[in-house]
Amino acid sequence: MTQQFYVSPEQLMKDRADFARKGIARGRSVVVISCADGIALVAENPSPSLHKIGEIYDKIAFAAVGKYNEFESLRQAGVRYADVRGYSYDREDVTARGLASVYAQSLGAVFTAEQKPFEVELAVAEVGHTQGDDHLYRLTFDGSIADENGFVVMGGLAEQVAETVAHGWKADLNLAGALRLAVKALATDKEVDALPGTAVEAAVLDRSPESGRGSRRAFRRLRAEEITQLLAGEA
Amino acid sequence: MQDPSAGHLATQATSSFIEHLQHSRPELLPFNQALPAGQIPPVPHATTIVALSYPGGVLMAGDRRATMGNVIASRHIEKVFPADEYSVLGIAGTAGLAIDITRLFQVELEHYEKIEGTLLSLDGKANRLGAMIRGNLPMAMQGLAVIPLFAGFDQAAGVGRLFSYDVTGGRYEELEHHSVGSGSVFARGALKKLWRPNLTEDEAVAVAVEALYDAADDDSATGGPDPVRQLWPVVYTVNRAGARRVSERELAAIAGSIVESRAVAGREA
Repeated sequence: MTQQFYVSPEQLMKDRADFARKGIARGRSVVVISCADGIALVAENPSPSLHKIGEIYDKIAFAAVGKYNEFESLRQAGVRYADVRGYSYDREDVTARGLASVYAQSLGAVFTAEQKPFEVELAVAEVGHTQGDDHLYRLTFDGSIADENGFVVMGGLAEQVAETVAHGWKADLNLAGALRLAVKALATDKEVDALPGTAVEAAVLDRSPESGRGSRRAFRRLRAEEITQLLAGEA
Repeated sequence: MQDPSAGHLATQATSSFIEHLQHSRPELLPFNQALPAGQIPPVPHATTIVALSYPGGVLMAGDRRATMGNVIASRHIEKVFPADEYSVLGIAGTAGLAIDITRLFQVELEHYEKIEGTLLSLDGKANRLGAMIRGNLPMAMQGLAVIPLFAGFDQAAGVGRLFSYDVTGGRYEELEHHSVGSGSVFARGALKKLWRPNLTEDEAVAVAVEALYDAADDDSATGGPDPVRQLWPVVYTVNRAGARRVSERELAAIAGSIVESRAVAGREA
């Protein structure tokens, strides 16, 4: 019979965290920015159909980096959670805080109990009537949760990208401004100044969808031509 | 939220909200409940819905009355709802169940859209609704029937289409116009005379309101336009641009002119 080596819990957790961090660091970054028109979610993603950004509920959106199969299953679970909650209580009772804490519990449970931790990092965003009511949560692979102010940056070169965003972020940015800032930040490690409109995936949570589009669903995916147009717009 | 660990999740993956509820929270479904033996006390019933097509779209209109036996249970009830961006449904029958089935259907369509990232086809939506009505069959056999009418804009074909249902979930595509509910016989008679091809959208709205007026004239369970409380039918149009609720102001004007023209004519019917 082979003897099992003793591995201290500290070492075990550290190994798992290192493993997850390595997986996440390979991926491209995602930027979520709160601005005057709502919340802009921007990802470097050349695929037009495999999304990193998704709608969860009326005012809640989801963005992720890491392994696609893992965050896609988390996104679907989030949509199910939100729809069940909204159907059994009321649409108003679905909040980003509730969703984020469920995600935190799931990620935490997988981190400690499963064969391998999820190699993902998530952002959950909820748009409010005013910028002060916006909520941005960032969730990491081990289930820790952070309430961020103004913007969230996740992914491979998060620190460098976050530096650029922090430098350019102002509360009164409009959507085009937020998009330009995000695209500029995502190109931080590249030779180019900013990514072309076709290499990014972008969506927005409109601050007042009822008056603008007559829909209570704030989430709107921006098409490639819309992105290009917004990026090219007034400097 | 279910355990998102791998393997286990893939087998549970479904784009249908109803299937998900059946697995995880069956008690939340409005149907599939075993009813104990005994008499069901009087419950509100929703009444007449009319729908008609016109070039470029369809519209659906419902009166505002719910009845409980010979009592008016509600004068304000709304029985026509947007199902999603490009379809609407109206309901007749047991109001409590019908409103929950509508809510469930709305979530079902939105859920599919969010999970799959694309809208369900119009036929797909119509089939889902049929399956839900079939799910309600045990309740219908206890006297709690729900009969919907479904209308939507088929984006692939570029036309508005109408679907009616029977209590077993049978789905029938209707041409030109259709109506359901207690006043439907009278509304259908009116529609046969009033409907014609090449109606404009505004004319189509007026035709629907007049058909409901005729239904209310002869059916005690259908409410007519109510100028005292400023209550008008609920009317939704669906065309290429999506579903739109016709404003109260437009409806007040249309209902006013119908009442006026009938008063001027000064005839019995």
